[in-house]
Amino acid sequence: MQFLSRSLLWLVLLFLLGPFVVIVAAGFSAGDTLTFPPQGWSLRWYIKIFTIPEFQHSFVLSVWVGVGATLLALVLGVPVAYAIARYRLPFGETIRTLVSAPLIVPGIIIGLALLRYVVFTLNAPVEITLLLGHTTLLIPYAVRVVSASLDNLRSDIEEAAVLLGRSRLGAFFAVVMPNIRGAILAAFVLSFITSFNQVPVSLFLSGPGVSMLPTQMLWYMEYTYDPSIAALSALLALGAMLMVFLTERLLGLSRYM
Amino acid sequence: MNELLVLDHLTLAYGRGAPAVEGMSLSVKEGELVSFLGPSGCGKSTTMRAIAGLLTPRSGRILLAGEDVTAVPPNKRGVGLVFQSYALFPHLTVFENVAFGLRARKESAAVIRSRVEEMVAAVGLAGFEHRLSTDLSGGQQQRVALARAMAVRPRLLLLDEPLSNLDARLRIEMRAELMRLQREYGITMIYVTHDQGEALALSSRIAVMNRGRIEQLGTPQALYAAPATPFVATFMGFENVFTVDGNQLAAGDGSKLPLVQQPGAGVQALAWRPQAVTLGSGPYSGTVRGASYQGDSVEYLIDSAGGTIKASAAAGSNFIPAGSEVSFDLPLAGAALIPAGAGA
Ligand SMILES: Nc1ncnc2c1ncn2[C@@H]1O[C@H](COP(=O)(O)OP(=O)(O)O)[C@@H](O)[C@H]1O
Ligand SMILES: [Mg+2]
Repeated sequence: MQFLSRSLLWLVLLFLLGPFVVIVAAGFSAGDTLTFPPQGWSLRWYIKIFTIPEFQHSFVLSVWVGVGATLLALVLGVPVAYAIARYRLPFGETIRTLVSAPLIVPGIIIGLALLRYVVFTLNAPVEITLLLGHTTLLIPYAVRVVSASLDNLRSDIEEAAVLLGRSRLGAFFAVVMPNIRGAILAAFVLSFITSFNQVPVSLFLSGPGVSMLPTQMLWYMEYTYDPSIAALSALLALGAMLMVFLTERLLGLSRYM
Repeated sequence: MNELLVLDHLTLAYGRGAPAVEGMSLSVKEGELVSFLGPSGCGKSTTMRAIAGLLTPRSGRILLAGEDVTAVPPNKRGVGLVFQSYALFPHLTVFENVAFGLRARKESAAVIRSRVEEMVAAVGLAGFEHRLSTDLSGGQQQRVALARAMAVRPRLLLLDEPLSNLDARLRIEMRAELMRLQREYGITMIYVTHDQGEALALSSRIAVMNRGRIEQLGTPQALYAAPATPFVATFMGFENVFTVDGNQLAAGDGSKLPLVQQPGAGVQALAWRPQAVTLGSGPYSGTVRGASYQGDSVEYLIDSAGGTIKASAAAGSNFIPAGSEVSFDLPLAGAALIPAGAGA
């Protein structure tokens, strides 16, 4: 029985990690096409990806949009989470559901809607539209993670702080913020990675010279089937793992998910 | 002495609901400790929240030292509150919890240090300054809450069932501690409790509350000796309460006993403590349903024509086993005479 469950565990792990191993290995290939097992070993593709200007530009855009949208989602999401957790709102349940809607609505639809109305009708620059679209997608993460943390925090400490002389807002920053800081950091990491990996919304929102890294990678692959795409994917995965690992070590990310 | 707090016909409600407290008036003098005593849900916490400024009255006024503070926000009132749940700041140490109000008032570092040390010592927690408040026992957390509220020297300190989460022994110890602190600092306090013994032990005066109103206000001695309403009588331990109905005594459930001796005009009800019921002789009789040994006394439940009578006898006297018939008396001399017209 134990043997069986252990074998099963390894099978699942192989299933999950196998493709990753294939990609990492393929990136180290000395050959010119994406193959597995790799034809000889070299670092040339890992070096080459840093010299492709499209990758550089879209990487920078992805980071900016990721950070910007994450910050915006937190600025909008934390007050929403607070209001949901602390006040008996009219239509509170409806608000809760609406806030989660971007998790359910397919990204393709959000992307198309943004393209049709924000880009074509309002003539907004693609970068701004990307920022808006990603913010929309990330708000549910910010609200959920921060709500969970607020639900576990007594609300009477705010009243205690007010009675000791703080204003309502002052009390929030003095006794609520320090207690949800971990959750906010966790929401930040989670949101940033989500934005960075986002494909469907980004797919619709690109213009001449403006595209997010995953979109750029898709396009690149259509024309050039070389191992650089494997090298880049491996690096991105490594970066995400590093972020998660660090947050987990620093504050136990898993507590908030 | 000056009146520190005046509640003037306060009516308090949550949202558009029925009032939780209605037309409440009360004045508290400088240095007094007034208790609000009443069953759960009678509006004690609601009144405290209004005095602290956390709840805006539907109508009525609150005066502090003669000044109308009804519209003054809670952080400007100088009223402290010790929560039943303590409400300590979980991310802060004992020192920082106690220093919180002083920091909000932008006191100098030297003042903060000396005041915090003084308060922490006053509640017996010297040496615990750098512990996180969440690492303390319930009793210690209670002391931190007290030190935190007192550190800013509030004009008025409200305590909402501060000892109800502690075990019985600790409760008595903290009760004495509280009385010492109150004397030492001369702080005016309002103390909420549903524990009659606690109110009797601590208070200058007790306001017995029932359904959002004060039923009776007076010194512990006055309430204990002469409850003004059947409700107060029950709360003060007069567990056998009868309404005088012509020449009969009517219990709450409608059962009746004949009235042997008329109490005189203007008496609405009579009430006896279990100790005031004499067993073994008398005009009434009943069956002992239960007898429980309490150490220095035995408590009896007696089924009679007038409902269940609670009696208590010294442990040395004859033990009456459950199931026996017993005669008893409700002597007028041992009764509280509750006047007509007062209260509900
Ligand atoms: N936040 C609230 N919202 C609505 N009703 C409340 C709230 N808090 C208390 N009440 C109601 O007000 C009444 C008095 O409550 P409370 O003052 O807490 O009683 P006590 O402290 O004497 O036990 C109760 O009927 C209670 O149900
Ligand atoms: Mg209460």
